[in-house]
Amino acid sequence: MDRRAFLRKPASVLTAPAAALTDTAAYTDPPGQETVSRFANQTLPDVPRTNASLAPYAGTWGPVQAAHLLRRCVFGPTRAQLAAAAGSSLTQVLNGLLTAPAAPAPPVNVSATDTSVAIGQTWTAQAFDQNFEGVRRSSLRAWWLGQLLSDSTLQAKMWLFWHNHFVIELADVGDARYGYQYAELLRSQALGNVKQLCKDVTVAPAMLRYLNGNQSTATAPNENYGRELLELFTVGKGPIIGPGNYTTYTEADVQAAARVLTGWRDNSTTIQGYYTASRHDTTTKQFSGAFQNQSIPNGGATEYQTLVDMIFGQAETARYLVRKLYRWFVYYVIDATTEQQVIQPLAAQLQQNGYNLAPVLRTLLASEHFFDAVNVGCYIKSPLEFSLGLLRQMEVAQPTSSNVAQQYAVWDYYNGLTNLQQQYLGDPPNVAGWPAYWQTPQFNELWINAVTLPRRNQVSDALLTTTGVTRSGFQLIIDPVAWAQSLPVQTSQDPNLLIRAFVDVLMPFPLTTNQLAFLNDALLPGLPDFEWTDEWTQYLAAPTNTAKKNAVATKLRALLRVMLSQAEFQLS
Amino acid sequence: MKRREFIQTAAAGAVLPVLMNGFPVAAYGQDNAVLAALVNATTQTDRVLVLVQLNGGNDGLNMVIPLDQYSGLMTARPDIAIPQAQVLPMTQLTGLHPAMTGLKSLYDNGSVGVVQSVGYPNPNFSHFRATDIWTSASDSNVTWTTGWAGRYLDGEFPGFPTGYPSTQNPDPLAITVGSVVSNCVQGPTVNMGMAIASTSSFYQLLTGTVDTAPNTPAGHELTFIRQVVQQTQVYTAALQRAARAATNLSPLWPTAGQNSLADQLKIVAQLIAGGLQTRIYCVSLGGFDTHALQVPATGSTATGTHATLLGRVSQAIEAFQDDLRRLGVQDRVVGMTFSEFGRRIKANSGKGTDHGAAAPLFVFGTSVNPRIHGQNVQVPLNAGVNDNVPMQFDFRSIYASILQDWFAVPTATLTALFGRTFPYVPVLRPGVLTGTVAAEDVNVPGFSVYPNPVRGRATVAFEAGGAHVQARLFDATGREVQLVVDRVLPRGPQRLPLDAAGLAAGTYYCHVQEGPRISTRLVVVE
Repeated sequence: MDRRAFLRKPASVLTAPAAALTDTAAYTDPPGQETVSRFANQTLPDVPRTNASLAPYAGTWGPVQAAHLLRRCVFGPTRAQLAAAAGSSLTQVLNGLLTAPAAPAPPVNVSATDTSVAIGQTWTAQAFDQNFEGVRRSSLRAWWLGQLLSDSTLQAKMWLFWHNHFVIELADVGDARYGYQYAELLRSQALGNVKQLCKDVTVAPAMLRYLNGNQSTATAPNENYGRELLELFTVGKGPIIGPGNYTTYTEADVQAAARVLTGWRDNSTTIQGYYTASRHDTTTKQFSGAFQNQSIPNGGATEYQTLVDMIFGQAETARYLVRKLYRWFVYYVIDATTEQQVIQPLAAQLQQNGYNLAPVLRTLLASEHFFDAVNVGCYIKSPLEFSLGLLRQMEVAQPTSSNVAQQYAVWDYYNGLTNLQQQYLGDPPNVAGWPAYWQTPQFNELWINAVTLPRRNQVSDALLTTTGVTRSGFQLIIDPVAWAQSLPVQTSQDPNLLIRAFVDVLMPFPLTTNQLAFLNDALLPGLPDFEWTDEWTQYLAAPTNTAKKNAVATKLRALLRVMLSQAEFQLS
Repeated sequence: MKRREFIQTAAAGAVLPVLMNGFPVAAYGQDNAVLAALVNATTQTDRVLVLVQLNGGNDGLNMVIPLDQYSGLMTARPDIAIPQAQVLPMTQLTGLHPAMTGLKSLYDNGSVGVVQSVGYPNPNFSHFRATDIWTSASDSNVTWTTGWAGRYLDGEFPGFPTGYPSTQNPDPLAITVGSVVSNCVQGPTVNMGMAIASTSSFYQLLTGTVDTAPNTPAGHELTFIRQVVQQTQVYTAALQRAARAATNLSPLWPTAGQNSLADQLKIVAQLIAGGLQTRIYCVSLGGFDTHALQVPATGSTATGTHATLLGRVSQAIEAFQDDLRRLGVQDRVVGMTFSEFGRRIKANSGKGTDHGAAAPLFVFGTSVNPRIHGQNVQVPLNAGVNDNVPMQFDFRSIYASILQDWFAVPTATLTALFGRTFPYVPVLRPGVLTGTVAAEDVNVPGFSVYPNPVRGRATVAFEAGGAHVQARLFDATGREVQLVVDRVLPRGPQRLPLDAAGLAAGTYYCHVQEGPRISTRLVVVE
């Protein structure tokens, strides 16, 4: 079913200003260009998987393990972060990853268009104004990306996880203030309690508007949210075992859930969901055998919580969530062994501890299974992981909050880049989230095709030019000389150690001898190794000499241009 | 040349583009702005330029050997000088390294020209910086981020890569066989060329295979991405089509893996013959950084590392020319060699040579002027450790002259590409017959510096022909210390003052060039 078409609200689209439409219009590829690579999986790959269980990992802890953990948990670990993690213990690193940073200040106005507040002040508590909606939405999207870029804990990745899970589309919601409230809700519970998050999302104004909960009344219940709640947000859709029976829920359950949720609307003044008793269906709602034939009597304003509690009482809800977490952090293939060794016990833990997320993440990310060599380097980076990771790992200097116009312009530019790569923060393609996270058998391979891969390379190439990219007067550029200079001189002066230093940060697994020789030739075409040492030493002795700096910079850029376009750099 | 006449006629009649044997016919001539304008500023041409980069700094003094300088040579480099009897003589005065029999034979057949002592004022001895200078064609003291051929292609194909490949331009504008796309073809925003990462990857490209990866989840995804990487090479189909359309024919190609330059040029020959419209190919051979043991520790100095390298250059170019001839495309191709610098006149104690300045280069192909441009290096009788070969020709003179003659680039465009004008050097054949040319054609007549040794002031005297004249004074390391004149001088005897009062005592070279004529004199300042 084409959910997007179903969810479109033509009236609001037609009345929206042109700027708002262009801001939100997802990029569409020219006709005739593939959107799914012809080389992507036709069936799930049957490469060998591991039998390792969730038993605590007790093997070696060093740079290799630290890098694997951080690559999967943050948007591109830097060299310093990798070194610090390798010098700590697994427990210490996980403690750090699970400690979310302080709540960020809300997004601010950076446009003269929005006259409700001064530049630099937040617009999130101001009255709705359609004329300001476009610039506010850009501000929200920029701010959101900025937070992901600067956050080195698990919160950032889980924030995106929940966005992809409890999906809304800013374009459909049409009120950036709602969008901010939704984003803040996801962030605050990113490492918290899933059940509570589900309850809060259910009556969040953005969700009430996105899935039509605000139109659901006793006389005309709207099934949209009730259906997605079951099919996509909680128990998931099982095999069809009878008419209208999807194993985990039935069509009648969808209708019953919809009636539970009647009476809720969104308030544009308070930016909250609110309950109206007169619109609520007060009859008892009967659920099917999938829910042990439970019934929910009238519970008024808290009835939706009873429904969520009932759904989260199902073991399949925990399993559905854990499978999604597994695919987010490990790999998309879940074979019978993994289901039995990893998914089932992890789901049991999640359910037993009342759906607190942090202990479950800790179990998975500290397990023998997670650190099994077979799970290293097999994760194709999403556009956000690729782009933010590139910026972080290459240590591209970013503007600060002392110039918010500049800062937001740069974040806005990054949103443009990831949009072109087919991942636009705030606007997943539909309520199911980005297909790379669920579409079998391709999964993550959906990110890479003949259109999107060159766009990734164009990003790294642009940052590798001698002038970089300038946005709002701020220059974004990879400075490979500074990067190399931050290494111990014994490393930076030896071309092979230097290449290894780059590889250790950028590549998810060691390269072959042939590949390293190839990279050596990219750095030193036709020259012996000592000439690098010579030229680098000469530069270090005269670091303000432009000619000597340019001499080594040209070579380092050539090396990085090759490295960043290697297939390996697409993997995590 | 017949083509030239033909195209001039055709241009006059405004019948363009003209096809001859299925190929568009190139403009040939120095200033065919009319033709360029007719094709909307983009020149129609089927001509190909092959740039052969010798990485590391090639010891030119052991490659193109001044037979009249042996006493100086034997003093400066007794451990590594080639025995005079083994030098392959090109003229009475100049010969080739004995490993270069292939090039010698091409020279004898009129397909190789030599340009003596090519460099630039104020040479840089850093490999990286000197390579950047040679590939960007900048002055020694400024940094340009674009390549000279890239700027040329950018002007010819505006907007690249947006809208490419297209029906009109279906093929890569430039191809590098090597791990990194050559900086020669770096354009203002993007590199104008594509790299065929290695000779083996070229054949993978043709067969559609990728490197094998392990049978793991990571290997599975790696293979997938590599397949897409290969697919996104927009020119794959064009390369496959060209490769299918032609097969190498020369028996002179060495076995694959024996001579990497030959392996690269073999691909170039195949693609040219297969009809690829690519204008510029970049190939390279490394290993010329011969600080130690460029000749064997014991045994003949005509063998060893440098001999092997020069032998590969010679063998590769000979096979290339033979293949082009058999494939019937030899008249469409010219090539030139270059290296970031030459090496010091004096050998070091390790039977090697250190980073130097000017060096000779080869131009090859049926269209080159098969002669030796310039004069032998004048080797001081007691060369010091820092003494360098002074330049006779600015390398940008060679680039500009090739662009002008081979690709019909107008003078104004050349000035824009190189920042200013450089004297024209006829490295391509405007009708000159095979063989050596009379001395009066290459020397500046009546050139002398007097008094010599100089105390304070001296006079530079010569006969001017009425064209642009450059007269410079270089010190022994090749650094330009004085620009005596750089402008058009009237025909007739010239007497220019040389002020040596501020110069340290020592050996200098005074170098005068007017068009193709070049002369150098050793000047001693007391």
